[in-house]
Amino acid sequence: MRNRQNWAVALSAIVLVCCGALLLSQKVNAAGEGKITGTVKLDGTAPHMKGIDMSKDPYCAKAHATDPAHLEQVVAGANGGLENVVLYISNWSGSAQASTAVPVFDQKNCVYTPHVLAMDAGQTFKVITSDQTTHNIHPLPNPMTGNIPWNQSQPPGAAPVEKSWKAAEVIPVQCNIHPWMHGWFVVVKGPYATTDDKGSYTIDNVPPGNYTVTAWQETYNTMTQKVTVAAGASATADFTFKAK
Amino acid sequence: MRTRLRKWSLLLGAAAVLALPLTSWAQLTQYDLETRIGMESHVGNITGHAKDAKGDYRRYCVVCHGTLGDGNGESFPWVDPKPRDFQLGIFKCRSTPTGTLPVDQDLFDTIARGMDRSNMPQWSTFTKQERADLVAWVKHFSPRWTGEKPGTPITIPPEPEVTPERIKAGRDVFARVQCWKCHGVQGMANGPSAATLTDDLGRTIQPFNFTDGSRPKCGDTDRDIYRIFMTGLDGTPMPSFADNIKPDEAWDLVFYLRTFMSQPSKEKAMAKQLALKPVDPNAPVAQQ
Repeated sequence: MRNRQNWAVALSAIVLVCCGALLLSQKVNAAGEGKITGTVKLDGTAPHMKGIDMSKDPYCAKAHATDPAHLEQVVAGANGGLENVVLYISNWSGSAQASTAVPVFDQKNCVYTPHVLAMDAGQTFKVITSDQTTHNIHPLPNPMTGNIPWNQSQPPGAAPVEKSWKAAEVIPVQCNIHPWMHGWFVVVKGPYATTDDKGSYTIDNVPPGNYTVTAWQETYNTMTQKVTVAAGASATADFTFKAK
Repeated sequence: MRTRLRKWSLLLGAAAVLALPLTSWAQLTQYDLETRIGMESHVGNITGHAKDAKGDYRRYCVVCHGTLGDGNGESFPWVDPKPRDFQLGIFKCRSTPTGTLPVDQDLFDTIARGMDRSNMPQWSTFTKQERADLVAWVKHFSPRWTGEKPGTPITIPPEPEVTPERIKAGRDVFARVQCWKCHGVQGMANGPSAATLTDDLGRTIQPFNFTDGSRPKCGDTDRDIYRIFMTGLDGTPMPSFADNIKPDEAWDLVFYLRTFMSQPSKEKAMAKQLALKPVDPNAPVAQQ
């Protein structure tokens, strides 16, 4: 009889401890999201970026009178850091990020700022205009992916255009009125980051796990790397694109 | 003998495995189309059935639009503008907002109206039932019609009376939203951006010339012109102005555009009396 009681006590203690551990571990998980950071560099000399002749629209030409605009297919800093590279987790299986952030795509001085806008599938983004000339925003996704192309005008002072994309896709966007205006909507699934002018990036809110990080650059295409993110820790993934 | 059989079956199996993904690579197959043959269209009180349009399509349409509806028919290399690719489900003439599917009535009207300055004639010889059947047939080419609903047609308020004030107001709209960037200050399709325009597939395309007597592709009534600039012509550089032109202003713009057209009109006479000058491309743009 005594023996049995002992056993019962021991068992309930074990169960309690297990429950506690489970609860705790869950808590740790929720708070333990890590991140992926790194730098994207260019190996070699960046190709020459041609200047843009905006004389067709006097407003645009005037805006760039002292600071001529250049194409932005490859934007490399002094130390070789590549700007406008999108980094995302290509084997992401989690749900879409419930991010309330609204990325903004500005038409400023007849160029797209930023040149590359990354976003999550389903995330709302905004197109605004800071210019005193009419633009038309004309993204060209492949309708077979589920993303449908549209084409809207934005005269000076027009209200922002708010949209979202259904599926992950790299979507070129253009202005037909100003044919040099060319940018990208990079729609991915899950957390993402875009490199700054030094080529560095940080993907936040990455739950612990093994991931394949993909770096997308408009001229050099993509590179991938495998990383392991530990709870609450920061993993590093550096990329180097070879100049062509 | 036995080994040979085994070798062959192995080879065949491998070939089959390799060939499987090939079929899914192809964009659309005859099989996909067969699964959508039950597609219907509803125009007024007429119901169109895709299966009933098979004969008409083969006889009259296939030469340009192709058996798979991809616009790659036999005549493709020789016609310009190129035939529409029905698989994409993207149409110029819609009463629905940009980026949405047109309603059945839009496609029905396009078939009868034809496309001015293209190889698409006016198919007004078809009965209404035949046209409705062809609409259903056109729809069965794109997977979009099975998963997506058409957009909600824009509301066009009743047309007001033309007045000289309205024509002048229309000129201000023309200047503010800068139609002249492509269409030119006199509507002669010679704006500064006209020469570099391309369609969604990267092919050269011209803006509409209001002055040479041709008719707009999506209709030439006042309501048609209103609809064209408010919904935009998807697949072309012509954007939607629905967010930036108020319904009342839109009618003003319609009246002003009429003054460019070579056909005689009330608007043209009024503009002549007003001695209206073209907008000044170098004037600062008025805010909305």
